[in-house]
Amino acid sequence: MILVYINSSNGISKSSYESITYGKKLGDVIALTNGGASSDDLASLGQYGASKVLVDRTINGDDQQQLTKLIASAVENNSVKTVVFSHDLVGKSVAPMLSVRLKAGLVSGAISLPDAEGCVDVNVFSGKALGKVKVSSEIKIISLLPNSIQPEENGSACPVEEITADTGVPSIKVLSTKKPEGEIPLPEAELVVSAGRGLKGPENWGMVEDLAVSLGAATACSRPVADIGWRPHHEHVGQTGVAIRPNLYIAIGISGAIQHLAGVNGSKVIVVINTDPEAPFFKAADYGIIGDAFEVVPRLNEAVNKFKAS
Amino acid sequence: MKILVCISKAPDTTSKIAFSEENTKFDENGVQFIVNPYDEWYALVRALEIKEAGGGQVTIITVGGASDDAIIRKALAIGADDAVRVDSEAKDAYYTAMQISSYAKENNYDLILTGKETINYNGSQVAGMIAAELDVPFVSLASKLDVNGSTLTVEREIVGGIQVVELNAPAVISCAKGMAEQRIPNMRGIMAARTKPLNVVAAQEIDNLTEFVSYALPNAKSAVKMIDPENMDELVELLHKEAKVI
Ligand SMILES: Cc1cc2nc3c(=O)[nH]c(=O)nc-3n(C[C@H](O)[C@H](O)[C@H](O)COP(=O)(O)OP(=O)(O)OC[C@H]3O[C@@H](n4cnc5c(N)ncnc54)[C@H](O)[C@@H]3O)c2cc1C
Repeated sequence: MILVYINSSNGISKSSYESITYGKKLGDVIALTNGGASSDDLASLGQYGASKVLVDRTINGDDQQQLTKLIASAVENNSVKTVVFSHDLVGKSVAPMLSVRLKAGLVSGAISLPDAEGCVDVNVFSGKALGKVKVSSEIKIISLLPNSIQPEENGSACPVEEITADTGVPSIKVLSTKKPEGEIPLPEAELVVSAGRGLKGPENWGMVEDLAVSLGAATACSRPVADIGWRPHHEHVGQTGVAIRPNLYIAIGISGAIQHLAGVNGSKVIVVINTDPEAPFFKAADYGIIGDAFEVVPRLNEAVNKFKAS
Repeated sequence: MKILVCISKAPDTTSKIAFSEENTKFDENGVQFIVNPYDEWYALVRALEIKEAGGGQVTIITVGGASDDAIIRKALAIGADDAVRVDSEAKDAYYTAMQISSYAKENNYDLILTGKETINYNGSQVAGMIAAELDVPFVSLASKLDVNGSTLTVEREIVGGIQVVELNAPAVISCAKGMAEQRIPNMRGIMAARTKPLNVVAAQEIDNLTEFVSYALPNAKSAVKMIDPENMDELVELLHKEAKVI
């Protein structure tokens, strides 16, 4: 049995459907979640291959120790052999705790299904290389990098079963939570528009945001731009920022330093806009435009709008 | 406050990544090693700030061979009081976390800090594993940490936002950007580091759960297609029809 943990605190995200699709390719899938998501939303996981959804409405998931106990009890009650997480904040915190509790080897940031020998590919060296990981324990945990598999619909809504696991009392008290409305979380975004120091100042980001809105893309930036406070820290991509692998990455006024490339070279298609024909980013690009961002970006935005309208 | 900071050796960010022994080993030839930036910039410096404000002790720990002593001295030069090296290759995250937990159990720390991940394996595994083994609360991807007696106030990243939480020490916290500002060691620090205690302890017998069996470099990109900056309609058409991404 395959257990897929779903974070439903913001509704069901695309990465949840990816995890279910991934799990379905390994065997029969039970989905597990917690908190207040509506049963109709949860039942939709059946369309991607879950045979049922277990939900514990008594915990909200803010305490990693409680979440670990919930997942461990579901593993024990359903003779689970593989647990799948999305490699988001839960995959990065609860999956390692579960690994110790179950003595189950953990593959973090998986980008492939297990091969014939059971080895799974992961990104290593911040995206500069791939590694094949073999897990020797009987129970295995896989934390799947977003955008690594295309969600596949192949079933219908499934039953949702309420459960209550013995998860103890929380040791973490939440004082406040801030969730920006309407923004696409960067690691999940399929399209990303990113800009660097070539934009000269924060007041020039209007055209970047306009292009992002026209495309339905998330916005990102290079490290110096976040360091000097032109853009918020969570937009910083690269080796010491967020690593992303969208379908399309548009880099505007970014030189393409090795540390920047490390975080974005998993992107399927890269477009580079830069005034300097020698900018190293062109070597990593699929499409290159040598030109001034202040002219090219508004022109590109116009072309996108024309395309969307047609 | 007694603080343990876990540090790890990582290749310098400009290193050319290559593999040897039929792509089964990272090729260390010509590679300069540094303290993993998240461990150094955020976990270690915040630990030092907490000690400077309220007293206590900052110990660093790493699992590795004698070749790790250089990065340990660097961390001592930045200001840690003493260091522990568990003398063994770090076989996997589980093995590493169990070695550190076993040392921590004997020595009772109020706070264990790590970086949010290493820049070579990017696993984000060790901190959570230590917390689970010690059965203490874990806060991951923290961007702020304030200490008031034994109460910890932490700002952390959550799925789609930021959250401020409160908990009691002992705890394990993994540190990300925002925690602290990088410190450059000065001459006095470097001199002092030479004589600070570095305890080498024997490793416990623990089986690793995972293993990297081989590595590969990503496929080389095909040549870039240059597009006339006047003709953005062409780019949009290519993105739609050729690349099929919009
Ligand atoms: C340990 C370490 C970790 C690092 N981690 C990261 C990381 O995670 N992410 C990251 O991004 N960086 C990281 N860096 C920094 C990295 O080395 C580069 O300094 C940084 O990426 C450069 O940012 P940039 O491209 O925005 O700026 P610059 O290098 O200044 O490049 C600006 C570019 O804009 C172009 N330009 C100028 N004007 C225009 C215009 N009008 N129109 C179009 N183009 C224009 C220029 O030709 C140039 O190519 C790290 C560095 C170190 C040492």
